[in-house]
Amino acid sequence: MLESISTVPVSVEPIKRKYSYLSTSTFWSIRQGFPKRLSLVLVAMSLVIPLAIWTIVSTLQLVTPTFLPTPLAVISAGITMFAENNLWGDVLASCSRVLVGFLLAALIGVPMGLAMGTFYSMDSLFSPLVGTVRYMPITGFVPLIIIWAGLDEPSKILIITLGVVLYNVIMVADAVKFIPNEMINVAYTMGASRWDVLWKVIVPATFPSVLDTLRVNISGAWNFVVIAELLAAQNGLGFKIIQAQRFLQTDKVLFCIALIGVIGLGLDYALKWLSKVLTPWADQVRH
Amino acid sequence: MQDYASTLNKTSYQEVAPVPHRFPKMEVENISKVYSGKGKQLLTVLQNINIKIFSREFICLVGTSGCGKSTLLNIIAGLLAPSAGEILIDGQSVTGRPGSDRGMVFQGYTLYPWLTVAQNVAFGLQFQGMSKGDQRDQVNYFLNVVGLENFANNYPRQLSGGMKQRVAIARALANEPAVLLMDEPFGALDAQTKEQMQEFLLDLWEKTHMTVLMITHDVEEAIYLSQRIYVLGVGQVKGEIPICLPTHRELSIKLSPEFIDIKRQVMSTMRQHH
Repeated sequence: MLESISTVPVSVEPIKRKYSYLSTSTFWSIRQGFPKRLSLVLVAMSLVIPLAIWTIVSTLQLVTPTFLPTPLAVISAGITMFAENNLWGDVLASCSRVLVGFLLAALIGVPMGLAMGTFYSMDSLFSPLVGTVRYMPITGFVPLIIIWAGLDEPSKILIITLGVVLYNVIMVADAVKFIPNEMINVAYTMGASRWDVLWKVIVPATFPSVLDTLRVNISGAWNFVVIAELLAAQNGLGFKIIQAQRFLQTDKVLFCIALIGVIGLGLDYALKWLSKVLTPWADQVRH
Repeated sequence: MQDYASTLNKTSYQEVAPVPHRFPKMEVENISKVYSGKGKQLLTVLQNINIKIFSREFICLVGTSGCGKSTLLNIIAGLLAPSAGEILIDGQSVTGRPGSDRGMVFQGYTLYPWLTVAQNVAFGLQFQGMSKGDQRDQVNYFLNVVGLENFANNYPRQLSGGMKQRVAIARALANEPAVLLMDEPFGALDAQTKEQMQEFLLDLWEKTHMTVLMITHDVEEAIYLSQRIYVLGVGQVKGEIPICLPTHRELSIKLSPEFIDIKRQVMSTMRQHH
């Protein structure tokens, strides 16, 4: 019986089965390639459209100019500030605060993150603290910081450092945990000590992620420098913003905000370039 | 001290394989591994494993996935502590202590991507306090052995899978380990590359006379490469099978009747239930 079934070809009515297919789409493509031209058009649109709306709304005075100045007014306000109000000094003041605060946050956060990611003991010791303090808004600490550290430079730098350091710790610790076990184990089978593993495997393996972490978190440092300068400062971009606000100079406010954005973008590209130069061996996709 | 003469008399290794040395290079003695599961349940992964490897032997541990063979190799390498038992190298206990006496080649690619091929091979040498010049000579020698002397300054990402494993083997051998441990080293390679690598490894073994313990689930690979096979069942050694084939083997031996006979024997041992 079985043989007859398998040898005699039986003509069977094809069963009407409903299959489901993926419809074609260029715009909503998910990892199926994207035309370069469309990408460029969309990038241009994302910049041009908001700018156009701003220009139209402000030029036609649909909103009071005091609330929304024209783009041209903002640029000319910027030129005036550079020429007459010593804006370079403010840029320098803010940049140096960011630099010092951020470097401190890196000097504390990176080793602490490495230690927490590497050793269970350090993780157990520090993660309750880091995990709790992380959810406390740093802006809430600002009055305390001012009481403790005064109104001078140290308090501003402290605000930046405290704001950024925990993110450095958490992100670096996570990067260490992504190192495959075998990469560490193989070092032991070559006679490496734990110290060797820390310095010759864990540190170089996490180096690209550490650079990435710092690049992401420097934007946080810019947030906190403005907060610090809004409260108490004699110079800096945040100070300029609060000063302009007092005189309803929205054009100046907007220019300072845009300037911070441009500086941030520049730093981002510089750090991306740096990590490309320093880690030519890394083949992971950089964002 | 261990009484080797008495342990050797109890076993019959001298009859099954011609051994160049009287004492085993490495001994796995009564190794057990028990994990505590949920509640008070205990999960026995390895039970009373005994294995002996003599100098210049090539031994394969064969078993299906989940039989505990990777756990056993990690215990042998010292990366994992056993619940009971000892690992001896030249009669010295090294249980739970990894070291350069047991070089390891993993299945996954464990080359350090930030180091060049030459720097990868030199990795273990820096811990031995070897001078830079000696390191360079050692690295060149072992890169020559694996035929990758022209790739010394390349980064691992520029190499193919088979080449990466050859570097990993060179890196393990450069430390001149007492035993080379291999954890499915060719498991991630395609069939053609895998056969090339088997041929390469056998040739390397003939040239260097290294002592090798390799785990694999590929029965043909095990027979082709080794002098003895241990078949691992669920946490236990199910059998020990000597491979009576000439020492020098071509890939075509895999089609010979003797080879197929051994394969049948190994596979039936694997299927046996305790």
